[in-house]
Amino acid sequence: MESNLTNRRIAEYLSQGKRFDGREKLEYRNIKIETGISKNAEGSARAKIGETEVLAGVKLGMAEPFTDSPESGVLMVTTELSPMASEKFEPGPPSKESIELARIVDRSIRESHVIDLDKMCIKKGEKVWALFIDIYPINDAGNLIDAATMAAMAALLTAVFPETDKEKEKIEYGTFTTKKLPLSEAVPIAMTFYKIGDSIILDPTVEEEEASEARLTIAMSKDKKEEVINAMQKGGSSPMSEKEIFHIIDSAEKEFGKIYKTFEEQIKSK
Amino acid sequence: MAYTKRVDGRKANETREIIAKVGVIPRADGSAMFAFGDTIAIAAVYGPRQLHPQFLQNPERGILRCYYDMMSFSVTERKKPGPSRRSNEISMVTTKALESALHLENFPNNVVDVFIQITQANAGTRCAGINAASMALAHAGIPMKELVGAVSVGQIGGNVVVDLIKEEEDYEEDGEKMATDIPVAIQLKSKKISLLQLDGKVKPAELKKAIEMAREACEKIHEAQVKALKEVKE
Repeated sequence: MESNLTNRRIAEYLSQGKRFDGREKLEYRNIKIETGISKNAEGSARAKIGETEVLAGVKLGMAEPFTDSPESGVLMVTTELSPMASEKFEPGPPSKESIELARIVDRSIRESHVIDLDKMCIKKGEKVWALFIDIYPINDAGNLIDAATMAAMAALLTAVFPETDKEKEKIEYGTFTTKKLPLSEAVPIAMTFYKIGDSIILDPTVEEEEASEARLTIAMSKDKKEEVINAMQKGGSSPMSEKEIFHIIDSAEKEFGKIYKTFEEQIKSK
Repeated sequence: MAYTKRVDGRKANETREIIAKVGVIPRADGSAMFAFGDTIAIAAVYGPRQLHPQFLQNPERGILRCYYDMMSFSVTERKKPGPSRRSNEISMVTTKALESALHLENFPNNVVDVFIQITQANAGTRCAGINAASMALAHAGIPMKELVGAVSVGQIGGNVVVDLIKEEEDYEEDGEKMATDIPVAIQLKSKKISLLQLDGKVKPAELKKAIEMAREACEKIHEAQVKALKEVKE
């Protein structure tokens, strides 16, 4: 827990346009992505933003489809805010924060339609692919939402289908095809803006998160040519003015291209 | 037919490649990674810190709590996230394997928490977890009498081998399970054994041989642990 003094100092500094670590207000720390970090997963990745580190893995299973979408695969995103990552997290069933994090990542992926769930049907009304994306923060040095989304997307982009028996009845666990998942170019990137005093920043450190009274996550993607917002989540106890929100929307539009490019370069360099 | 040639070509007393690293989780008070080939464990230590709720406190000494779990995607068939009966038991035996190596009498009312995650699994996960945890405790500066090393030994079709892989654990002849898995943890100075489990079928003489083999392998593990701890710069 940071003292009010530290919080005030961070806000004061920011009002002069400065951050403790010398970054610009909307500047991210170094982003590093590593894929294929867990051999038994259909897809896996490690995303690092500064010292923040998140692992994500994709596993495929078979399931009965939902009755209202008999031809669609099932997507499930879970997060475990393991106490390994921070002294703030406690062992036990998933906390509200952990569920919120998973649901933000879930909505970013689902609503961007980066994955075509309709192409994940095995037998209409009876059997579809179930896609699990499981996210584990390892070290929380701030900005878990953005790092978690990157880890999940990197795992998804590198995932392949497992082998099945001839009748497509069962998965041959531990064996993989080279067939990728049905993905589009609309890769979602989550940007979480934090409000500290009158300033709006991206990619906060833990101290900055503690000093902030509100946050707004904007997940954007670009399909073919147009940039769209796919998911938003306002967090924190303070409300935001319309002016602040418009500023955030403008900033998101401006920053999306840069962050997406970094993300893409990291994935391709592998 | 005896199991004389191991599926991955190792000698009977040869472990898989060992990788040991310290300081992999900067936020924690101490952390480490330990790998036996494809089995990778990471561990983070928080504490000593005051234990809440208060009624759990021991006014005479600090307590150790270990939490072992596997990441859902670390295994071939997805494991449901969150603790299971299996992981709860392993958490308990891991705690027992480590606590007598620590000097917790100077930390009354405090707790040292160790969180172990398996990021990739190919048998021997509890042993890799104990090795990582032992290094993470040392890295956190918890007063220790000695490090703890762990390895699984086993008997496959009459042959005693060290550090089994999944394929060896599942070894069958004529549909009959032929492998016995024996995880062993050894406190590395006093040479005392602090974890010993077994499932399968083994003759008393083979078991003795297996424990001796575990002791030898733990010497090598100890070397890797010490080397990694010495490499820490901070």
